[in-house]
Amino acid sequence: MDLYEFQGKELFRRFGIPVSEGRLATTPEEARQGAQELDGPVVVKAQVLAGGRGKAGGIKLAATPAEAEERAREILGMDIRGLAVQKVWIERASEIEREYYLSISFDRGAKKTLLMFTTQGGIDIEEVAVSSPEALARLHVDPLEGYHAWHGRRLVYEAGLEDPGEQKQVVKIVGQLHAAFTGCEAMLCEINPLIVTTEGEVRALDSKFTVDDNALFRLPEIASMRDLAAADPLEALAREKGVTYVKLDGEVGVLGNGAGLSMATVDVVTFVGGRPANFCDLGGGGDAQGVVDALEVITGDPQVRSIFFNIFGGITRCDEVARGILQALGQLETRHPMVVRLDGTNAEEGRRILRDAAPPNLYVEPTMLDAARRAVELAA
Amino acid sequence: MAILVDRSTRLVVQGLTGSEGRFHGLRNRSHGTDVVAGVTPGKGGQDVDGIPVFDTVAAAVEETEANTAMVFVPAPFAADAIYEAIDAGVGPIVCITEGVPAHEMLHIHAYVHVRGVAMIGPNCPGVLSPGKANVGIIPAEIFREGSVGLVSRSGTLTYQIGHELAQLGLGNSTIVGIGGDPVVGSSFVDVLARFESDPQTEQVVLIGEIGGEEEEKAAAFIESEMTKPVVAYIAGFTAPPGKTMGHAGAIISGSAGTAQAKKEALEARGVKVGTTPTETAELVAALVRA
Repeated sequence: MDLYEFQGKELFRRFGIPVSEGRLATTPEEARQGAQELDGPVVVKAQVLAGGRGKAGGIKLAATPAEAEERAREILGMDIRGLAVQKVWIERASEIEREYYLSISFDRGAKKTLLMFTTQGGIDIEEVAVSSPEALARLHVDPLEGYHAWHGRRLVYEAGLEDPGEQKQVVKIVGQLHAAFTGCEAMLCEINPLIVTTEGEVRALDSKFTVDDNALFRLPEIASMRDLAAADPLEALAREKGVTYVKLDGEVGVLGNGAGLSMATVDVVTFVGGRPANFCDLGGGGDAQGVVDALEVITGDPQVRSIFFNIFGGITRCDEVARGILQALGQLETRHPMVVRLDGTNAEEGRRILRDAAPPNLYVEPTMLDAARRAVELAA
Repeated sequence: MAILVDRSTRLVVQGLTGSEGRFHGLRNRSHGTDVVAGVTPGKGGQDVDGIPVFDTVAAAVEETEANTAMVFVPAPFAADAIYEAIDAGVGPIVCITEGVPAHEMLHIHAYVHVRGVAMIGPNCPGVLSPGKANVGIIPAEIFREGSVGLVSRSGTLTYQIGHELAQLGLGNSTIVGIGGDPVVGSSFVDVLARFESDPQTEQVVLIGEIGGEEEEKAAAFIESEMTKPVVAYIAGFTAPPGKTMGHAGAIISGSAGTAQAKKEALEARGVKVGTTPTETAELVAALVRA
């Protein structure tokens, strides 16, 4: 789960990392009010879960509360990479002397936590890694050893940070960020830029914070930070119904059982020349309610023209799935043609059940490829 | 022979008294697996269809000489159960549970390697050596005994490809579902190494998907360390970046972890990659006939 900048900064603040004071606003009037309270020049920052906000015009300076209101009016409702801006963060403007970069991430390859620091902050870190790798200090934390202050020291020295006052502050922030990373079970905590002010104070000017979905059960406060209004409406509906769904941009609605098979199904639709409308994993089961919920989400997408139901019966038996489909069709009005491919345990029986019932607009195909071709044809 | 589980497997099921644990534990037994014990704290002394239940893994091991554990407990308690099995001297440990927090898996991964214990999962379908033993939720009846080793991050996709192999008359030495999480106990490379030294295995199928870099590492391992031919399939060519595709680990981060990059890495090392599950099975059949 990705957090907004203002949410990430709130967590930073709790772990002692210096951040600028700010206010959240959803209307231009609230932005003016916030700027008034902060009393001085502010920055109005679009809150969206996408990079490139600055380039898109989503971050603007305002010298007065009236200006802050004006800037907020421009930014609210703005489209940044397909996401509508619904909130702005009004923050006390900083006098920036220098910009650094600090992150802690979950390194899947090394199976360790990875610390990264460079004094070349404020720009794309992947670029720094390619253009001047020597400037980017990288250090792993062994899971059995855990974090110690030496990790922070080595990171700072290896990155060539020379000012003793800054060294001391950054080492402290690395420790605090690591505490936030583990305490909030994050997959990523990134501060870009980590600034040095004209007074020599080191502070987090931005936040990128991703929390492990699997840990949310024991982090109720972070779980409640999820902004359902900001998600794609169909993905929000799917979440509410407990359906694993990702919207894509095509016409063939896809429903599979199991994540790997569902991904392969989406690929096969593309392979035979179609465009999948979504990824949807029914999970291991195939009970009627699960099918109804998934179909409801899939057909909520107006682009969908046909539906491809790809089931491999393992523990779940295909005859049960076939009954689930029929029951679901009885409960749900759908005008879309539907192609069903059943294979594996009791597949013959499942196909027979569907053929005997012969609901209108339902086609039964023997293989994944045949079914994909048929579904693509029907969507044309 | 086969790998990880076979006729010498003596299985203890952690969470045997739960509905899933009971269903699959008994299913594994009906496939011929020697299910010797269950563990549920507070239910020691009971039994599940004749299988004795203990309060601790240590007690189960002492009484029954269990040497393999299957973890079926809910995600909040799975790490605890895994550590208990490790410290009771059991291994391999197969964790079926989905939803184990990633930070816990970092620590467990490091710990099992220090202790030299083989761990499979979490969020996996388990391990099946057809005709010998089944530990997990893989439907054994769709697989036959044979020479093809199968290793996969996915469940149903593995069944699909196993089924296509069976229809071409091919069987499997062992099917290993390593799990769909970002960090799992055994990687592709760990399992490939076992297949390489297993006399029953003559060919290997690797079923990967988007996210991480384990397929790339496997490609390098296959080129430098393996004599047996490997065929691969990768799922997720159509997946958009930044979205989790069902499995917690199936996510393209930035430009890393795409299906295309994995396919290219494998092909560059001489591994044939099937475009569809059907084509993948046909590539294996061609190898066997060759």
